[in-house]
Amino acid sequence: MSVFALVDPVLQGLLLGGLYALFAIGLSLSFGIMRMVNIAHGDIIILGAYATLVVVNQLGIHPLAAMVVVVPVLAGFGYLLQRILLNPVLGEDILPPLLVTFGLSVIIQNVLMAVFSADSKGVHADAIQTASISLGGGLAVGWLSLVIFVVAVAVVAGLELLFARTGLGRAFRATSDDQAVAQLMGINNRHLYAVATALAFGVTAIAGVFLAVRTTFIPTLGPSKLLVAFEVVIIGGMGSLWGTLAGAMLLGVAQVIGFRYDSGSGVLAGHLVFLVVLLLRPQGLIARTRDL
Amino acid sequence: MSGLRFKVGSATKLSRGAWIAAAVLLVVLVLAPWWAEDSDMRSIAEFAYLVAIAQMWNLLAGYGGLISVGQHAFIGIGGYVLLILSLNAGISPFLCVPIAGAFAAVMAVPFAAVVFRLHGPYFAIGTWAVADVVRLVLDDIPAIGGGSGKSLTSALMAIPGWQREATTYWIALGLGFGLTLGVYVLLRSRLGLALTAIRDSGPASESLGVKVKRVKLLVYVASAGGLGLAGALIYLTKLRISPDSAFSVDWTVLMIFIVVIGGIGTIEGPIVGTAIFFLLRGLLADYGPWYLVVLGSVAVLVMFKARSGVWGWLATRFDAQLFPTRRRITIEDQPPTAATNSAIATSK
Amino acid sequence: MSLCSLRHVSAFYGDFQVLFDVDIEIGEGQAVAIIGANGAGKTTLLRSITGMLKRTADSIHFAGRSITGLPAYAIVALGIAMVPEGRRLFPSLSVEENLMIGAHTGRPGPWTLKRVYGLFPVLFERRRAPATQLSGGQQQMVAIGRALMSNPRLLLCDEISLGLAPVVIKSIYEAFPAIRAEGTTLVVVEQDIGRALAMADTVTCLQEGRVTLVGRPKQFSRADITTAYFGS
Repeated sequence: MSVFALVDPVLQGLLLGGLYALFAIGLSLSFGIMRMVNIAHGDIIILGAYATLVVVNQLGIHPLAAMVVVVPVLAGFGYLLQRILLNPVLGEDILPPLLVTFGLSVIIQNVLMAVFSADSKGVHADAIQTASISLGGGLAVGWLSLVIFVVAVAVVAGLELLFARTGLGRAFRATSDDQAVAQLMGINNRHLYAVATALAFGVTAIAGVFLAVRTTFIPTLGPSKLLVAFEVVIIGGMGSLWGTLAGAMLLGVAQVIGFRYDSGSGVLAGHLVFLVVLLLRPQGLIARTRDL
Repeated sequence: MSGLRFKVGSATKLSRGAWIAAAVLLVVLVLAPWWAEDSDMRSIAEFAYLVAIAQMWNLLAGYGGLISVGQHAFIGIGGYVLLILSLNAGISPFLCVPIAGAFAAVMAVPFAAVVFRLHGPYFAIGTWAVADVVRLVLDDIPAIGGGSGKSLTSALMAIPGWQREATTYWIALGLGFGLTLGVYVLLRSRLGLALTAIRDSGPASESLGVKVKRVKLLVYVASAGGLGLAGALIYLTKLRISPDSAFSVDWTVLMIFIVVIGGIGTIEGPIVGTAIFFLLRGLLADYGPWYLVVLGSVAVLVMFKARSGVWGWLATRFDAQLFPTRRRITIEDQPPTAATNSAIATSK
Repeated sequence: MSLCSLRHVSAFYGDFQVLFDVDIEIGEGQAVAIIGANGAGKTTLLRSITGMLKRTADSIHFAGRSITGLPAYAIVALGIAMVPEGRRLFPSLSVEENLMIGAHTGRPGPWTLKRVYGLFPVLFERRRAPATQLSGGQQQMVAIGRALMSNPRLLLCDEISLGLAPVVIKSIYEAFPAIRAEGTTLVVVEQDIGRALAMADTVTCLQEGRVTLVGRPKQFSRADITTAYFGS
């Protein structure tokens, strides 16, 4: 077995982990701060991809530059969604938010279907899509994959800094600990939850833009991305963003190795790693939150 | 203190009336192969199996408190048992239905071992992930058609047309009525009492000796078994199966919307929900994906305005129960007098 | 001058009524003790004032304006802070971060991190530790400090002696004169009647959701208090 055959899948898998981390961070934030899981999470990624398509077609700018528009728009959408649709149903019972976000998922998919049809769409950015950096020994990393990975690390580092050093981060942590007493500190939790969702949607929008550039997409692609994000969070451990990154890289490596082995087995290999982690170490690689 | 004579029972006037109506309806429907068109029979069969799968999701979520977004795994398993046993093993397709149910119930046990490690929304998605695993595994097995699926017609060719249509129809009818009745019987049993107690308070019921984990496992297995039966029946009607269709989350979408809109946690809910679904689908047939948008929006609206669904709203408004599961005390003979009223007051 | 007044306040948990038509007057700069048996409604009363209880009927006024129905976070901004029963510090935050979050509303006033550390020096030594790792008494200090950081005009203390050794309780109560010196009005809910009566200008007794006694501690005999506390 050549060095290439051993190292290359791992390398590509680790880089893929960057994209998967961006898929998962929004889910992780949402659950960490509000104990809420947005079933439409994967569909928000796809929404971001379609938004990128629209922005690129209408404004003629470079797809990655489209982030400047797509991210704030989706973040704003997240803020409004949380305040109008989700805050009212948050409470002791887990059923209402699950069902509302489930309904939302179906609505988003079918609206996209109605507007864009079921045809596969893509965004062209030939230069970055094909450019690669050679590392010698036959190894090469795609420029885009590298950019995605670096962005993912930057986002995780930035969020960790936000949580540890800023007033907003403190407010998030306090509200996550005890939202009733957090209110006694003067924290408006309705607003804070909406900010959390805006943040989650913003990160997810970044993932959507990258997805649009990296691959073709259809309206019903959302659920499979939700599953990826979910598995990343479980593998990485809840409540830790670095854990999310680690989990994403592990899942990425598993998928790439599975894919190289047999083209149908990439996703399955990822599922198997998820199952193994769930059975052997349910708290994930780096566990931090108290409850699940 | 004068002795009070009382009865404990659950029947109400409305429910008794409903039972009689249902019995009449059943007789009429059973005779359908003789008076109805094939297309009508197929519609009735579809109504029946949608009620069946909705009841199974409702049993798990509304009564068992376990929200699963991956129960469609068992529909797929049921469908594939039908395929494998009828095509590859030559077993009568109709016999495959109960076998599929049993197999699905058995498969539910290792599934539970995995997914019960998760709770709440993570349990919900976890069940979905496991369903996806099964789908992908089956995608890779060419002997049963792999990703592109396989046709079941060859297994049914030997059976004459009318008999085939009628038997499939009767099985569907049986599932719709039977699983509804089954849930009703279950809820009136000790298991049902345990479920209600757990729904109100897990820890409290645990302290009274209710084995919460075991009850939840039983409900999960029962739900799986019912869905396995339904899955086999569904693919008996569709005649073609593929992993993407059999393990499609669309089944779960249907189950959830029907139950939520109809009324979660009630037996009447799935029936009302299926009716509403048929209505909406008929009305919006020409609008393509918009009908699902409407369905989704109605479900979201229900969560905001009427959590207990259409039936729940009707039931509260008119204090109605067609499937009474709560026990009521009716005091016999005497009209209320001062003596009986004070007797009731002091016996609190 | 009345800082905070409750008129005809009734409170419910669902359908269960806990407070019945309670009238209470809290004067500016005073120390008010609220005593009563478990379940008398003392904590409910405080939660009604801070806006944490959704179903209160009728009026609560603070500094001349009605605060009935305002959400909790808005009430803090007006100058009411609570030290909750059981401390309820934020486990994910360090001691210092718990104090800092108390200042979230940004209300101006004498209480800063420095002054709180001055009041409770031991907290300065342990400021980087996760708050819930401290001893009970120290956690109580953090909870009080956290409430002070919002520079309240009215400080509500719910059962701060609960679960603490007498010697620790004593050292905590020794902080109160410094707090009162800033003009802060104090409401203290206590099971430790002796200590409550010793520091209070006014004592109010609740029994099963009703006010059974109100006045200066010196007015009442032990028997009076016992009757008000337990009922006849």
